[in-house]
Amino acid sequence: MLALYVRDLKLGIRAGGGALVGILFFLAVIATVPFAIGPELTLLARIGPAMLWTGALLASLLGLDRLFQADREDGSLDLLVLAAERHMLPLIVLLKCLAHWTASVLPLVIAAPVLGILLNMDPLANAATTLTLLVGSPAVTFVGAIGAAVAVTLPRGGLLVSVLILPLVIPVLIFGVSTAYASVNDPAPFLPPFLILCALTLFFTVLGPLAASAALRAARG
Amino acid sequence: MTETTLTGRFAGLANPTRFLALADRLILPMAVLSLLLLAAGLVLGFRAPADYQQGTTVRIMYIHVPFAWLSMMCWGVMSVAALGTLVWRHPLADVALKAAAPVGVVFTGLALATGSIWGKPMWGTWWVWDARLTSVFVLFLMYLGVIALTRAIDDAGRAGRAAAVITLVGAVNLPIIKFSVDWWNTLHQPAAVFRMDGPTIHPTMLWPLMITALGFTVLFFTLHLAAMRTEVLRRRIFAMQRLAARREEGRSA
Repeated sequence: MLALYVRDLKLGIRAGGGALVGILFFLAVIATVPFAIGPELTLLARIGPAMLWTGALLASLLGLDRLFQADREDGSLDLLVLAAERHMLPLIVLLKCLAHWTASVLPLVIAAPVLGILLNMDPLANAATTLTLLVGSPAVTFVGAIGAAVAVTLPRGGLLVSVLILPLVIPVLIFGVSTAYASVNDPAPFLPPFLILCALTLFFTVLGPLAASAALRAARG
Repeated sequence: MTETTLTGRFAGLANPTRFLALADRLILPMAVLSLLLLAAGLVLGFRAPADYQQGTTVRIMYIHVPFAWLSMMCWGVMSVAALGTLVWRHPLADVALKAAAPVGVVFTGLALATGSIWGKPMWGTWWVWDARLTSVFVLFLMYLGVIALTRAIDDAGRAGRAAAVITLVGAVNLPIIKFSVDWWNTLHQPAAVFRMDGPTIHPTMLWPLMITALGFTVLFFTLHLAAMRTEVLRRRIFAMQRLAARREEGRSA
């Protein structure tokens, strides 16, 4: 089990520039914002959390379609599905998601506060946004696993994966952004939306691997 | 006893020829019935009293509310079909799911459109991002995603199973839509018909609403059956074409 995690982590980091491409995409998205809406610093600071969340969300969708496809091409996915008698398939999917998250999404979370400075966000808002990204981004990966598993047989499933899972991650986005805003705007309470965000992540931690493994089994039959 | 006959009947429909025969017999009467119900409902709706605040604008309710109900019921039907694909492996279940999605997306789009047309004079805006509108919009996007998925995968069985998984996951959205008006403070009004303490809407308005809702429901199942029949026939033609091509190949070789 741990070996699988380490293997996926190594593959994720070494293959095709790994996390760097994601971070560059994230940077590109954030850098276009001031050009699009003008370099007015107060406005940038106000929409900063929302832009960081949108950018991170889009960047984390990038590599998702490869989550199971690389394994399918070299045949190891069949082995993993067949090994389900010894290890539960949802557990394997969970580990693969965690490895993918560590290799490609965690760097985005780490890069977020630096990009926040570009958007003139004050330290508290910056920290809060990074914290909500840290808590909320696993949910995006787990929902993404469902899309990746469903589209695993498609040669160019990348766009389809995004179309399928974006509606499902909207709740995560809503609560992530509202938590980040609640930390800055004083009257709004911080804890309730933050706890709902945690609950969403836990919910998708269960639902994502279960549905994804069902889809993987169906894709073989 | 009843359960065995029911499953027996569903198992009998697994034979596409038997299903086609049943669909051929049902579609025309159902279409006529839905037309009669809709005509009656709309006439009653125009004769029902106008709202004391909204005036005659309230009459759009008689089509807006059925569209909204059916947009959710269609996803429910698709979820049952998805279970039929994944659990019972009924051969027509993926046909049912694939055929229902385009009908559902039209009903959802019409619910959003009529809601906008109703919202403009009443709320003063075409669109607000409140919980009910947003969750129905998400449902609309999910319909489009399922349609894109069923058309992206060539193999019918594989496409059906993939769409079934997405449909079941998307069913999470249904209770969110239903209870969005209770959980959040929305511009959209709370439920008026299906409530624990009985409907709060006056019977003179409730009756036309119920009749149009029934009419649209029958219309939905008519369209659904017709779409399923088309899909079964399309698959047959496809199989025959492949068979013919193979024979041709064998003859030339």
